Amino acid sequence: MDTTFSAQVNELSEQTIELCYHCHKCTAGCPVAVEMEFGPDRVLRLIQLGQKDRVLGSGDIWVCASCETCATRCPNEISVAAVMDALRAISMAEGYATPEPDAPAFHRLFLGIVGRFGRMHEASLMMIYKLKTRKLMADMDSGIPMILKGKIPILPHRVRGMNEVKRIFRETGS
Amino acid sequence: MKLNYYPGCSATSTGQELDLSVRAVLAALGVELQELEDWSCCGASSAHATNRALAVALPARNLAIAQRSGLDLLAPCAACYSRLKTADYVMRHDATKKGEVEAQVAFEFTGSYQVRSPIDVVVRDIGLDAVRSRVLKPLAGLKAVGYYGCLLVRPPEVVAFDDPEHPVMLDQILGALGMEVCRWSYATDCCGGGLNLTKSSVAVRLVGRLTQFAREAGADAIVTACPLCQMSLEMRQTGNGSRMPVVYFTELMGLAFGLKETSGWWKKHLVDPRPWLGALAAGGA
Repeated sequence: MDTTFSAQVNELSEQTIELCYHCHKCTAGCPVAVEMEFGPDRVLRLIQLGQKDRVLGSGDIWVCASCETCATRCPNEISVAAVMDALRAISMAEGYATPEPDAPAFHRLFLGIVGRFGRMHEASLMMIYKLKTRKLMADMDSGIPMILKGKIPILPHRVRGMNEVKRIFRETGS
Repeated sequence: MKLNYYPGCSATSTGQELDLSVRAVLAALGVELQELEDWSCCGASSAHATNRALAVALPARNLAIAQRSGLDLLAPCAACYSRLKTADYVMRHDATKKGEVEAQVAFEFTGSYQVRSPIDVVVRDIGLDAVRSRVLKPLAGLKAVGYYGCLLVRPPEVVAFDDPEHPVMLDQILGALGMEVCRWSYATDCCGGGLNLTKSSVAVRLVGRLTQFAREAGADAIVTACPLCQMSLEMRQTGNGSRMPVVYFTELMGLAFGLKETSGWWKKHLVDPRPWLGALAAGGA
């Protein structure tokens, strides 16, 4: 048990998890609860109980689709979606192993490209993501038509104000 | 009417039918778009899923550019709209954070603009009557459901311009084009677009539900406003049956307005909407 965990999550998410009285409304409306080990309300309960390793070691925080349905419906106005964002940030910052490694790998890669060009470059994103996750052949049936239809630019566009973008990354500790 | 325009990364690549159709349709309605100079990525899901400060500061750089001209900022992509709107909300409601973001981005927030979504601009600023009067070729006979997805309605205090649980403005626009808009209860259910690449099995399940519900409602197509939903809905339809077309509402506006550019948009889809559009009596799609 980690007695500081709920305070850490509350601070980063700007929520008050103790307000949750487990009505399960978040889980009832969650489109991906069936794919989760715990589901949103039990994740909140585990945070209340200081179960840091169980929460951050679970795939639930990466299965969350950020649809914000839970946040919209919570009777106690807890943004469970913001809690999930905070949990993902803590998991990445503290290097937790996860059964869903593709999502954090994708986010790191995505932000790496934005930090380099200032905009997304889908061709780089897809190529490196495939190499990193060893899913070389995944989605070729839609990827190739998209390239042929001119929907995936070959060359990246670099914004002129890259010094500003780099400054933002630096100042926000990214 | 003149607006700042933030195309965003998706709408200029995988979702380019959205950018192309928004530009064409708003020009036809007399709205002048001024592309935001040297705009940068809003950070999308990856910033807000992993670093809350970056998730506000990245879109804030674009707000800083937008406020120079003081024109409202139009973001056609629902995801960009959501991130820009979230940053804007933080700047207007949280004085401490505002100070931090101003230091990170090196600007002074004045808020002399609003972040807008095309649905909102079409219904509230241009008006349905103006849309109706611009229709040359009513889309009678085309049956579809209007699909909002998540990011245009949630969290409502930050992004919503329509009812978050039962939005109607998209359907109103489609109705003004003469379409048969089918009623369904899933306009704001998630398509799993945020997990499209990282956990595609979830997107397959959610897209399968949505297309099934759309068919049950009597629709032959899904009309959306979000490039992430659009891509997920086209990519993640599985099974042996024919795949359902998924088009942007602005593409249908262009068709009803008789714009000649429309044929170039249909060609870019992974699921060709032209067989569905063949249901239009006059043809010419």
